[in-house]
Amino acid sequence: MKRVVITGAGTINALAYDVPGTLQAFRDARCGISELDIRDVDRLSVKIGGQVHGWDAEAHFNRQQIVLFDKFTQFTLLAARQAIAQSGLSFDGNLGYETGVVLGTAGGGVNTWDENYRVVYEEGKNRVHPFVVPKLMNNAAASHVSMEFNLRGPSYTVATACASSNHAMGQAFHMVRSGMSRVMVTGGAESMLCFGGIKAWEGLRVMSKEACRPFSLTRNGMVQGEGAAMFVFEEYDHARARGAEILAEVIGFAMSSDAADIVMPSKQGAARAIAGALRDARLNPSDVGYINAHGTGTAANDKTECAAVADVFGAHADHLMISSTKSMHGHLIGGTGAVELLACIMALRDGVIAPTIGYEEPDPECALDVVPNEAREARVEVAISNAFAFGGLNAVLALRRV
Amino acid sequence: MIETVEYKVREIIAELAVLDIKDVSRDSTLESLGVDSLGLVEAIFAIEEAFDISVPFNANNPAESVFDISSVGSITAAVQELIDQQAP
Repeated sequence: MKRVVITGAGTINALAYDVPGTLQAFRDARCGISELDIRDVDRLSVKIGGQVHGWDAEAHFNRQQIVLFDKFTQFTLLAARQAIAQSGLSFDGNLGYETGVVLGTAGGGVNTWDENYRVVYEEGKNRVHPFVVPKLMNNAAASHVSMEFNLRGPSYTVATACASSNHAMGQAFHMVRSGMSRVMVTGGAESMLCFGGIKAWEGLRVMSKEACRPFSLTRNGMVQGEGAAMFVFEEYDHARARGAEILAEVIGFAMSSDAADIVMPSKQGAARAIAGALRDARLNPSDVGYINAHGTGTAANDKTECAAVADVFGAHADHLMISSTKSMHGHLIGGTGAVELLACIMALRDGVIAPTIGYEEPDPECALDVVPNEAREARVEVAISNAFAFGGLNAVLALRRV
Repeated sequence: MIETVEYKVREIIAELAVLDIKDVSRDSTLESLGVDSLGLVEAIFAIEEAFDISVPFNANNPAESVFDISSVGSITAAVQELIDQQAP
């Protein structure tokens, strides 16, 4: 089996348009959640979100690209450009034939669905733009990354709701570890902050109207976010041979299914995924210093997740740090695990633990060190990143400092 | 009237091909202007919107369509015919 390292990272999210800005926001415990600036927001009962404000597509794409690129594709391409530039890789030669893109997204081109439903239902028009389908399809973003960078290997999109990007990155990890590809581009993206996208979530009544406060007794729901994060996963020897800068090593991955309920999480399912990732990485529970939590800020997730962590880690659960950066960038749904992987990389590489902000009052059912409200300096050797999706689909990644 | 239709067709195709309108002549073919199959479908959509007509065009087999897309001139004539058919 090959060792797998991360040699490039890129992002755009409510906190910043790049990785350094996002990590600085984590250090500063800055909140990117704000008043939504979208059409018909007055008809929504949820009016906040982790929105990417000031987005100017024309600064990054030409006219022909913009008519074909939904916002989730635009975000994906921006993040992929940053990640591939950082890696320093070129895919013009043989490497391009084995490198592909595995992207996680839950909704794909939700804005495109929304805008065109308006055209036919609200405006009563009988004709839509010919690019509606190539724009909204879930694989559009992965395909455009493949086209822009000449990636001719295995590419596809994974849709497992809130675990999409962890599943995607786990698949890319497997491909590099098995020797199938020396390099894979992977991550996640989501852009459903439009009227229909938020209205659908409102229906579930799990959304907060004020803030995302994971693990706090005062928490009252999740807050949606948008954006993307992309990474270059590379075989260790390949990266070393070319003198690439290594951000972290991916050492384990596990998936599990609750097989229980379409929305309620299961402690056992979550615990099996966490324990599975440790086993895959050949770790003892005591090796883990930081957990990037799924931490949605809902009543159900946070107490179930803390119980699962307590089960897997036993006494060590009181000695590790666990935080949810969703409090800052919101829940990017299918893209969330990718943005959150940045917090794991920061913990391992910079020795800074991203905080859980908005934390007001301890919850006896979430009695762990959730790094409340302020970033913390700490040396961490191993970090894991949790994602537990609706539908009971769980995916956990383990990373090590290099 | 024909000048107006032709000018509008040229304008639409010029925008799609990212060309100046003076580089799009009546004799230009879409191929010579670099408009690919996806661009053609986009052009037909733009024409339908601009003239409020419905263009009988199937992208599966453009050559057999009644709507003649062999040149800017033929497109203009076909558009004019559709407008005339619509007139009361």
